[in-house]
Amino acid sequence: MEDASTPLLALVGVGKSFRNGIEALARIDLAVAEGAFLSILGPSGCGKSTLLRIIAGLTPATAGRVAWQAGDLKGRIGFVFQEPTLMPWANIRDNVFLPLRLQGKSRREEAPRIDAMLAALGLAGFERVYPRELSGGMRMRVSIARALVTEPRLLLMDEPFAALDEITRFKLNEDLLDLWRQHRCTIVFVTHSVFESVFLSDRIVIMTPRPGRIVSEVAIDLPYPRRGDLRTDPAYVERCGEVSRRLARATA
Amino acid sequence: MSAGWGERLHRIAAPLAVGLLMLAGWEAMVRINSIPPYILPGPLLVAETLWRDGPSLLVSLTVTLRISLAALAAAVILGGALAILFAQSRLLEISLFPYAVILQVTPIVSIAPLIIIWVNDTFLSLLVCAWIVAFFPIVANTTLGLNSADRNLVALFRLYGASRWQVLRHLRLPSALPYFLAGVRISGGLALIGAVVAEFVAGTGGASTGLASRILEAGYRLEIPRLFAALLLLSLTGIAIFAALSWLSRRLLAHWHESALPSEE
Repeated sequence: MEDASTPLLALVGVGKSFRNGIEALARIDLAVAEGAFLSILGPSGCGKSTLLRIIAGLTPATAGRVAWQAGDLKGRIGFVFQEPTLMPWANIRDNVFLPLRLQGKSRREEAPRIDAMLAALGLAGFERVYPRELSGGMRMRVSIARALVTEPRLLLMDEPFAALDEITRFKLNEDLLDLWRQHRCTIVFVTHSVFESVFLSDRIVIMTPRPGRIVSEVAIDLPYPRRGDLRTDPAYVERCGEVSRRLARATA
Repeated sequence: MSAGWGERLHRIAAPLAVGLLMLAGWEAMVRINSIPPYILPGPLLVAETLWRDGPSLLVSLTVTLRISLAALAAAVILGGALAILFAQSRLLEISLFPYAVILQVTPIVSIAPLIIIWVNDTFLSLLVCAWIVAFFPIVANTTLGLNSADRNLVALFRLYGASRWQVLRHLRLPSALPYFLAGVRISGGLALIGAVVAEFVAGTGGASTGLASRILEAGYRLEIPRLFAALLLLSLTGIAIFAALSWLSRRLLAHWHESALPSEE
């Protein structure tokens, strides 16, 4: 279904070489369909984070280009880092308000939107709390709320749950899928977990390092909404096996 | 809670006990060896002198304190402004920073006479000397702080198209606050030292005599108990400045910075 629609963005021959001569990415061609949940799966050091930063415009590509379907999405891109990356001096409400503040929006007018976002991520009642008073999982929720508050068309996530315990990670995976379906945005999700990528995405691309390139692609045809009980479903386990085998072959 | 009180009691009682023991030893040594007061006065005599000369010494202290606080204020304003300027342009930082270092490493005693000759007004010349000593920690620390903003937060600000001013106002300045306050705490003590050194160089002359000139004067006249009393007053002032700035720092950083958090139970 996603393959048939027009892509939101397309990477055309994107490459990245660092000044020290290391080639991080080589000739990446990748189209991301509007509304897709795409995971980029690969071992650490394969350039998947660099790829994400190139899409966000935070790092320039040294070859190729990023083609956007409808002009560029300036201000309509959300980014979630591996660390929550919150401002420690600001309370939760001010942290979530940050992107709107930078876009010149007024705090009073945006209050309902911020409240709704905090509620959607289970952060109601924590408005005046400071980041250090929260657990890692809750901090990551704040980070996701901050990324979604601008109603982005594209959400880029760089191993956001890698540092969390598995119980928290499972819960956040399910909540993220709910948010994705409510907000109807496109998500590009970088991870090194096979199980996470299969659970979340409708499409997975597998990358290998030195230089980083896409070696394999898998469509995950499991129906949404996906719930926690999917994790024990034979269909899910079978897909995980398939992706694991491809990953093993690619990195062998 | 009771454990907290116990620790707090220890933190006050332990150094106090050491202090009292040392003072008692000092007094005993002076008495047993019958050391004359113009060589070394006992602490009781110093306390007595402080009590007697207190009012006149306090007048001198206000002169020194005014110089110190004015120098600290100038260091905060000019040091902070210079650091912000540095943060705007790497070229500016590279060009000017070495001169700030030169100013810092030049012994104030050696340039104070020149400054006192060049600047006509006594108060102003002493202020300039104290300022030179005090401003470097603020410049150096604040510059470091402004450049220590979380790289991912910087990226996030760029992603949302933040202006230079927004990055400074909402990211670099808050990130620099703990560093700036650490600099101010060091500068507070240095401003007092700078003021005292400058007064020493300026000598006892001049209508407005600060505490340092009283120390010099007492030394010349061999009024050693008064010298000790003035010295004691100076130390207490330095401690008070440090304590006040530490309190301010903790107040401003409460909620978020590691340095202001209570220790783990």
